[in-house]
Amino acid sequence: MSVTIETPRAPGVRRSRRFNVEKWGWIYMRASGVVLVVLIFGHLFVNLVAGQGVKAIDFAFVGGKLSQPFWQIWDTLLLWLALIHGANGMRTIVNDYASNRLLRVIFKGALIASAVVLLVLGTLVIYTFDPCPAGASPADLASFCPVK
Amino acid sequence: MSNAVLENRPNVPEEIPTFTATLIIRRFDPEVDQEPRWEDFDVVMQGTDRVLDALHKIKWEQDASLSFRRSCAHGVCGSDAMRINGRNRLACKTLLKDLDLSKPIYVEAIKGLPLEKDLIVNMDPFFESFKEVQPFLIASSKPEKERLQSPVERARFDDTTKCILCAACTSSCPVFWTDGQYFGPAAIVNAHRFIFDSRDEGAEIRLDILNDKEGVWRCRTTFNCTEACPRGIQVTQAIAEVKAAVLRGKP
Repeated sequence: MSVTIETPRAPGVRRSRRFNVEKWGWIYMRASGVVLVVLIFGHLFVNLVAGQGVKAIDFAFVGGKLSQPFWQIWDTLLLWLALIHGANGMRTIVNDYASNRLLRVIFKGALIASAVVLLVLGTLVIYTFDPCPAGASPADLASFCPVK
Repeated sequence: MSNAVLENRPNVPEEIPTFTATLIIRRFDPEVDQEPRWEDFDVVMQGTDRVLDALHKIKWEQDASLSFRRSCAHGVCGSDAMRINGRNRLACKTLLKDLDLSKPIYVEAIKGLPLEKDLIVNMDPFFESFKEVQPFLIASSKPEKERLQSPVERARFDDTTKCILCAACTSSCPVFWTDGQYFGPAAIVNAHRFIFDSRDEGAEIRLDILNDKEGVWRCRTTFNCTEACPRGIQVTQAIAEVKAAVLRGKP
């Protein structure tokens, strides 16, 4: 009589379910993509179409927007989601097309460095922006600035 | 009655229309050539002929050194996948009359696998990744009677059972061309065939194998594979279904 092996050639141990960068990167691209569609088109509509349209954009317009918490959060989300989305997209392209090990390390290092610098700088600008700088001509400033 | 028909028949047999097709073939002889070179051939063909017939005619009548693979010559064995005018096709399923005959037809080996000679590539890496997804039924029950399956359960993976392992999809994938480690569409299609089979119990093992850095996440959804498949398998859709199954952790 022959012996029946329950599961021939099945791997003995399942691989551990560690954090999978590729899987979460893929999920992030889809999730952030959906949110970015709303954020980007909202941004474009408010800046370029609504009200007086593109002519409205000047220092006072930007100053006015960045002094409201709503637009601060909107722009922060836009900045972080879009930059990480773009950097992750570049990372996958480097993974696909840079076959040289050293080059790959350099490219990815440069990507991370530039993404971090831009994120920090951008976030700083959004939250420390002074819409009413001292010594500026009142005509250039937003209407809520105190007249000196 | 039948006599009348016979009398009306012309005495001379009807001439079958022919045309001249120009094929430019990417040749490579590892014993002579450093680099592949393009060589052109003119062949007189008929409207019912396929690219494979033209290759046969060249090999049998003009240059016997031309090397290519083919077995059944009827689109079942999957031996003669090649790049015809820049697209991966089976030479035995591509009619010459469907190509633009005013221009030469470019024929070369499929990309991304090591070129051995003329139109022949080394298929070992392709079959290695096929083997890695464990493309066989994994079931713990002893086969004492048949394992029943409803038509609906069978239809779930019907599309991916059609694969003939010709490598047209995998060698059309730009990620496969440059990456060198990616499983490739064909391996994922054959994993799909068992992952969604209700009789199979190894889905989680296969999903784990494909939830790898070089697994399904490498797919960039360029649809080259779907376009290339000579069996009409919706390859990109199958890969997307495996991605969704990996996220769920079960089929």
